[in-house]
Formats: sequence, structure tokens, C-alpha cells
Amino acid sequence: MSAPAVELDSVTIKFGAFTAVRDVQIDIKDGEFFSFLGPSGCGKTTLLRAVSGFLEPTVGAIRIHGNDMGGIGPNIRPTALIFQNLALFPLMTVWENIAFGLEVRGVAKAERRRRADELLDLIALPGQGDKMVSELSGGQKQRVAIARALAVEPQVLLLDEPLSALDLKLRQHMRTELRAIQQRVGLTFIYITHDQGEALTMSDRIAVMSSGVIEQVGPGADVYDRPDTAFVASFVGENNAFRGRVQEIAGEDVRLETAHGPLVGRLNPRNPVREGDEAYLFVRPESLKPAEADESLNRIEATVRQDEFEGSFHHLILAAGEDEALRMSSPNDGGREGGREGESLAVRFEPKRAVALPLGPLATE
Amino acid sequence: MALTGWLKSFLGKNGLLVGLYILIAVAVWIVLLIVLPQLFMLDFSFRYNLPPGQVGGPQDVYTLSNYKYLVFGSPGNQAAYNWIDLSVFGQTILAAIFVTLIDLALCYPIAYYLAHVAKGATGRLLVLSLIIPYWVNEILRAFAFRIIFGASGVINNALIYIGVIDQPIDFIREDVALYTGLSYAYILLMIFPIYNAVESLDRNQVEAARDMGASWLRIHWRIVIPYAKPGIASGCTMVFMLTAGALAAPQILGGPSSLWFTQLIVQWFNTGGNWPRGSAYAIALLIACVAFVLFMMRIFKIRVGEIGR
Repeated sequence: MSAPAVELDSVTIKFGAFTAVRDVQIDIKDGEFFSFLGPSGCGKTTLLRAVSGFLEPTVGAIRIHGNDMGGIGPNIRPTALIFQNLALFPLMTVWENIAFGLEVRGVAKAERRRRADELLDLIALPGQGDKMVSELSGGQKQRVAIARALAVEPQVLLLDEPLSALDLKLRQHMRTELRAIQQRVGLTFIYITHDQGEALTMSDRIAVMSSGVIEQVGPGADVYDRPDTAFVASFVGENNAFRGRVQEIAGEDVRLETAHGPLVGRLNPRNPVREGDEAYLFVRPESLKPAEADESLNRIEATVRQDEFEGSFHHLILAAGEDEALRMSSPNDGGREGGREGESLAVRFEPKRAVALPLGPLATE
Repeated sequence: MALTGWLKSFLGKNGLLVGLYILIAVAVWIVLLIVLPQLFMLDFSFRYNLPPGQVGGPQDVYTLSNYKYLVFGSPGNQAAYNWIDLSVFGQTILAAIFVTLIDLALCYPIAYYLAHVAKGATGRLLVLSLIIPYWVNEILRAFAFRIIFGASGVINNALIYIGVIDQPIDFIREDVALYTGLSYAYILLMIFPIYNAVESLDRNQVEAARDMGASWLRIHWRIVIPYAKPGIASGCTMVFMLTAGALAAPQILGGPSSLWFTQLIVQWFNTGGNWPRGSAYAIALLIACVAFVLFMMRIFKIRVGEIGR
């Protein structure tokens, strides 16, 4: 078996007494689109800078295709970094920007120009090489930054929240485009973001980070549907957290005693709760459904406080006892049952759509 | 009319008192302190040097004789041109260019370091240690340089002590003291404009260039220097102009054979008692300096407006 594209081997990074990244152990496969997802200050950018060579791990090693990168500066590493603000060179034309890495390598001017034009075709900006960077739109600059990074033919492309400066529409468009470019060139991408939407839509795998620690690594669907920790459950997507005491564990089923009475969900075998412990039961807004009169399992009596209508979805905010802001999302499919503001509404959820997890810090956002 | 409209809105925006003060202060500054003196100087330079009684009389007419003197010498001159004065003129310009280049080489790294490397207390300490020595006045500094560069000064003594030389070097005669003094005199005027320009450079651009494999030399050549160009131009212009017009340092630190063009000007005004000729020499220096600066800005593709930033 060949070595992974990037191997983070028990990487710890400290700044003085502060530990920014703690004991990270991840293998990133060749050609994988891998995202680090976490709130600002979780250490993901620090980790990326360590991979690109701008700082060295305090403990542990980073290997790229099996080669230890210790002591190898950013100018020599086979990585290319795309900065959050892109950092295009404003005094150079578009093609000079793209070909800068080739200029550094002593490639002749005609050849540089030819390669730049090829890359401009790849990013769907043919014939724009002689423009100044300032003449481009936000999305075009984005693509030029990608082309500039690809020009040096890196083995790994590192992206530090490159979409955060764009407006929503463009951001969504660029997600698709980034993913398409990645698949076209077949390169390993390491993507840093605090936006779970970006991470979920583009990535093969996601590592969720909090306070310098990797909380969970896995494909997007796994992280979303089977969160390993309370932090992951509350950070990735919306989630309702019911707090209670574990009464009974029967096979995969967990019964908690909560303020709304007994609620039943599933055990996560990777991080199981124990009988008698306090725990959370996480239920996604889209898993809450209006309850029929005769349905009593996982039934919660609530009042509709607010209806945020988004077009394709109704996002209801419900109050139920001490849980004052439960979220429930139902598709706008024409068959709307109840839920005007101020009305009372009984809701329920399927046990297999709920995850019981030990107590832990929740994401505050 | 546009002017009265502008005046009304200007006074309305700033209030009558403040508005009037600014208008008058700017007018006095520009007209009385800048334009008028130079106009009189210009006027003087085109007149004959007449005894007081004949000023305003029939012989007081305009003439190019003062400028001709700078170029061709006195009418009885054997040589075709006034080589003595012209060579001093040329040497002054060349020396000013030389000093400017030395300052640029010295100050660019310092300015970059201050703007992007030194942080917090270190940076403030550095700036202070650059500024505070300028509390020492120019004359005192010049004579102090004369002492340390003297035949039995600290530098010669130290060099002899460590055995590099066995005879003292005459730094004054070799103009080492002069160039050191001139280079040091205007260092702040080079550092601060470059600092200003470099400071706003996005650090990510430097890192991006580095990430793409650029050496430090190339990063500065392709990224930092082009960005700092207006600041560099501004610093070079000021250092060049002030060095070409320096008087105290050349007079005190200059070797016996070195003559600065400003010294010639002063000689015409003072010893020679010929104000019109002194004016002509001064105007010639001014025009040559401005023309040279504009020419260099053209070569390096810098617009005058950029320097003001």
C-alpha cells in the first residue's frame, strides 16, 4: 500500500503555554478532498500553516507521500496554499500572477505564458491573462488564485477558507466549481472552513475540530447523521439537544428521562452513554414531525413561537417547557399541518433519528 | 460662479472662523512663504549687480549674464566653458545621487523590518532610537563627526589598535566623513516614506510568494519593492534634494579639495556681494534638481500624485 498523501502523525502545536493543536492523528488519502471544520480559534488554520510549512509542529511529524517535512520551508514543500484573502499580486497581470511560481523556477517567458493560458482555460477564463487582477470579479479572482496554486504542480493543495469573502450565491456556485476542478486535476485538497455547508457539500471526508482537538473524522453523511460527540452534534448542522438521565439501554435503544417525559433514541457505540448518567439526546429539526393524537412515543407538547419561512422550508421555533427554542423544519410541500404562530403543536420523532451522547461542551453559535 | 459656490460650501462646512483661518493660513503659506520669495529670487537672477544708487535706474535691465557666467565664465575666460563651476555643479549632483543610493540601501531593510518584523515594544524602541539622535543639532553633529573621523579620532585609533592599519587614514581628505555625515543627515526622510508604503503591504502576499518557492531576494524584487515604489520615490526625492542643497555638512566635513555647489552660491551672496549671480546659481541648482527628479520618476513610471500618499 502506498503512503498517504498527507500524514499527520501525533501533531501537537504549542504557542508558549497555549496548545493550539493537540495530538492530531490523521491520514489523508491521495486525491481526497479533505476538510477541517471547526469554529474560529479551533486550531484549524494553525494546522494548515503547519502542513504548508509556515510553522513547525511542537511534537509529532507531518509526512507528504511518506517524506518527513520537518525543517523543510514553505518554499520547498510540495504544497500550495490558497489564502483566505487570496493574496493575489495587485501589481501583476492575471497571467503573471498565475505564472509567478514558474517564474521562480526559472521557466522561460514564452513557456510561462503558454502554461498560464492553459490554466486560464482550465478555470474557464480564457483570454483574460492580460487583465489586471483588480479588473476581475470576486469569483474570477478566486479562480485565478486556484490557477496560480495549480501552476506550481503541488502534490497537495491547501485552501484556507477561500470562499468566505464571497456573497452567498457565488459561494454556493464556487463550491460546485471547486469540487469539479478538484476532480478534474485529481489532486489532494485540504480545505479549512467554519462553514459546515461548504464542508458537507465538497468533502470526501471531514475532520471536526474544537479547541485544538479532532472530535470526529468521517464522510459528511456519517458526521451529520452519527455524530460522535455533543460538540459535533451541535456544531454540524442544526440540532435540538434534550438533556436527561439514562434510564435504560436495550440493544441500540436508549431511554432517557427528560423534562418532556421518557424519550427514546439510539446509542452511538463509538461513544456510548451509560445507565444512570446524565446525557443529551440530539434530534435534527427535520426529524421532528407533527404528532397524531394517538402517537405517544417521543411525543413533545409545544407551542409555536415563530415561523421562519424560507421558501422551500418552514423553520418553526417551538417552546416546550424549559426548552424555549426547539427547531423544527418541514418542507414546503403544500400539505402543511398546523403550526401557525401562537398555536400549540404536538411533535414527535423516530427513535432511530435521535442520537444519545454523553454530556460535553456544545457549540455556541 | 464655481469659486463662490465652493467658498460658500467650504465656509459652511468648517464654520466661518475656522474656514477663514484655514484659507488665510494656506494663502499666506503659499503666496508669502513659497511663491513670492522664489519669484523675487528669479527676478534677481536676471538683473545686473548694480550699486544701490543705480537700482531702478536706466541701467537696471533684464539680462542673462548671470546664467551665462555659470556656463561660460567671465567674458575674459580663456576656456570655452566655466569648467570650475560646472564641475562643482556636476559633482554636487553626482554626490547627491550617491548619497541617495547609500541611504536607500541602508533604509529599505530598516523600513521593512520596522513595518513587518519588529513588533510592539521592540518596534517603538527602534523608532525612538532613530528619532532621538535628531535632537542633536546639525552643526554639533557635524563637528562631532569631524572629531571621531579625525587623524587621532576614535575610528583611526581603534583601527590602529586592532592592527588593520598602522598609519591613520585621513577620512576628511578622502571625503569619508562628508559622505557619512550627509548620508546620516537625512536618513529619517528615507525611512519613514518607505515604512509608510511598505506597512500597508498585505503579509499574505509575502507568504504567498514564499509558498510558491520564491527566495527572499525575489520576494523583495517582485512583490515588496514594486509595492513600496511610491514611498521609495518620495524618500529618494527628499534625500536627493536636501543633500544637493546641504551646506553645513560640506562646509564642516568636506575635505580641502571638495566644494559643494551651495558653497559657491553662498560665496556669491556673501563674499562676492553679488546677489543676482547667487540667485542665478541657486535657481540653476533648483531647476536641475527638479528636472532630474522628474526624469527619474518618468523612467520608473511614478506619477507625482503617488508620492503624496
